[in-house]
Amino acid sequence: MSPVPSSVRCHVVTGKGGTGKTTVAAALALALAADGRQVLLVETEGRQGIAQLFDTPPLPYEERRVAVARGGGEVRALAIDVEEALLEYLEMFYNLRRAGRALRRVGAVDFATTIAPGLRDVLLTGKVKEAVTRRHDGRPVYDAVVVDAPPTGRITRFLNVTGEMAGLTRSGPIKTQSDGVMAVLKSPQTAVHLVTLLEDMPVQETADAIAELTAVGLPVGSVVVNMAAEPALPEPALSRAAGSGLTGADLAPGLAAAGLQDVAGLADALAAEATEHARRWAAQDELRDEVEALGRPTVELPLLPGPIDLGALFELAGRLEQHLRTEVAA
Amino acid sequence: MTQTTERTRRHPRPPAPAAPEALPLELAELVTDPGTRIVVCCGAGGVGKTTTSAALALAAAEAGRTVVVLTIDPARRLAQSLGLVELDNEPRRVDVPEARGELHAMMLDMKRTFDDIVVAHSTPERAQQILENPFYQTLSSSFAGTQEYMAMEKLGQLRAGDRWDLIVVDTPPSRSALDFLDAPNRMSRFLDGTMIRLLTAPSRTGFRIASASFVFFSRIISKILGGQLLRDISSFVAALDTMFGGFRERATATYELLRRPGTWFLVVATPEPDALREASYFVDRLSAEQMPLAGLVLNRTHPPTTTALSATRAEGAAEEVLEAGAADAELAAGALRVHAERMAQATREQHLADRFTSAHPEVAVRTVPAAAGDVHDLDGLRGMADALTGPDGDTPTGVPRRRILPARRR
Repeated sequence: MSPVPSSVRCHVVTGKGGTGKTTVAAALALALAADGRQVLLVETEGRQGIAQLFDTPPLPYEERRVAVARGGGEVRALAIDVEEALLEYLEMFYNLRRAGRALRRVGAVDFATTIAPGLRDVLLTGKVKEAVTRRHDGRPVYDAVVVDAPPTGRITRFLNVTGEMAGLTRSGPIKTQSDGVMAVLKSPQTAVHLVTLLEDMPVQETADAIAELTAVGLPVGSVVVNMAAEPALPEPALSRAAGSGLTGADLAPGLAAAGLQDVAGLADALAAEATEHARRWAAQDELRDEVEALGRPTVELPLLPGPIDLGALFELAGRLEQHLRTEVAA
Repeated sequence: MTQTTERTRRHPRPPAPAAPEALPLELAELVTDPGTRIVVCCGAGGVGKTTTSAALALAAAEAGRTVVVLTIDPARRLAQSLGLVELDNEPRRVDVPEARGELHAMMLDMKRTFDDIVVAHSTPERAQQILENPFYQTLSSSFAGTQEYMAMEKLGQLRAGDRWDLIVVDTPPSRSALDFLDAPNRMSRFLDGTMIRLLTAPSRTGFRIASASFVFFSRIISKILGGQLLRDISSFVAALDTMFGGFRERATATYELLRRPGTWFLVVATPEPDALREASYFVDRLSAEQMPLAGLVLNRTHPPTTTALSATRAEGAAEEVLEAGAADAELAAGALRVHAERMAQATREQHLADRFTSAHPEVAVRTVPAAAGDVHDLDGLRGMADALTGPDGDTPTGVPRRRILPARRR
């Protein structure tokens, strides 16, 4: 049974700093794991944000189960350690694991990743590619791989490793490796999702990133509007407050009816807050239009009260699952 | 009730812990003090470092100083808000009507800055040779740390010129706050690196006695990186070497510049756990490096217009208003719910700020309300400058600017 049939197996999640891309990546992994699917959630920035979200000890360089989803689905998480990834790579291609360890002791691994700036990204994306294409008994080990990727400002360079390495190595093992990675990342089985808030800068960066990704042929997926709040004012009042603004006189009768004395300009203060709220809301609506104009499938996730815990992640996952369904249906 | 008194006496309640009270951060004094020559704004990505830098620079210029703000990666809107179509690698005068001083803005172009160093320190032929080297091209445009290094380099240049009363620097959006201090050193260590020389010039004197393990090592490095890359690096380092050997010295010099009197660091954060965690790291790091910290700018806070009504009471009142069913009850109830949300958010933010202050009681704090930080034009920037530099106690609600909510009475 596959309720969410989709050709996309590699979901790359990016967004401007502070938009909650790690949270969205984790929720997406849970959504994809529903109905007994196997999902790998990959951390690339070494911040251990995933461990914090799932309330587990810091993740080692090892695929560890962090959550169980509906129908026996599983989310495993992996925090990629660049040095470990390089050692793995040395072993895979040159059978040099032990020598690699010795090299690390003298700081040579750090040195190599420093010399070739793109090498880091080659190793990180290489590991992602390996997980996406890993097979066991003739079928893929993971139904989906979700990558908590670098922020929008660096995402294109991060994913476009071939472009990055082109000026540096025209041949050799890094070149071969990055070509292989690109074949997966530019295929229809990959989608780069962009997380944004309804704020100026994140929406602008999202638009920029879509343009950059498209220019180098990387497949853009959905735009996720995160932390969308509901207006607290009812509709006619909302427009009125956003337009001409409210005054204390507008609120005084209602407040008096509830026995609230208008002391110390309470009504005026509340009117000022309500007006600010309504204007922020109007500004958000304009940004909503801008997001829509980007022409990508869009999903809104609500601003949840309190800190993000596993329950909150499942709530967000529910919304994302619904979005994935409508995406496939469309 | 003797039993109760008895119990109270035997188990006296400990006195309520004093609420941590942050020190006020008086930024007007800081940026107008003739002794202040450099202000470095640092913090996590997306907290408003660039806008804070620009607003402080504007405040200083309006106070009569000649100021340049060095931004690293400004949003187009900020450039526009400064009245500049495009920022580039040279300071451009910003037209600020009625300012007594001068405001200039520039954006770091790391490749251009690097190219300029190369050209300034070598003969035209050598410079050409370096500029065309594929390894140099990658290094100068995408090397992890180049941006941080070049920001320091540019800062050094601006400071050396002595044209500026004040230089305000915005730091690169590094992966972690710490990269900014580490990168210049790491990069100079690399460019000065003995390892690279050993690796790329194994025939050089002093390396004839290469150990077997080293030969093995260099073979692996060359396997990983490819022979052609090593040759590119080799010729680049050779060219650089004859030109100037002192990358490390330059990095050390700029690093020392940051520790000199007249330089102040300002940590910027938003009242969110991640941003404040980064701010904490930064505070610890600056203190470990003996860098002078001016304080914390807590940007985008949500202080309520009134604190006369708590969140709980506002929620309750909203229900009562609806039950009473007066005219416009929906509107009043809505406004009360808006206030309840606002109070809840402000309480959360104040709690996070208090936790920061408990951990770093010596760090002065200035809060900047969200509305002031939404900058689209010069007026918006001036609004933020006012919020940053206004006197601590002078606010419409009477809540000092180091706080979001009034201190709770005990």
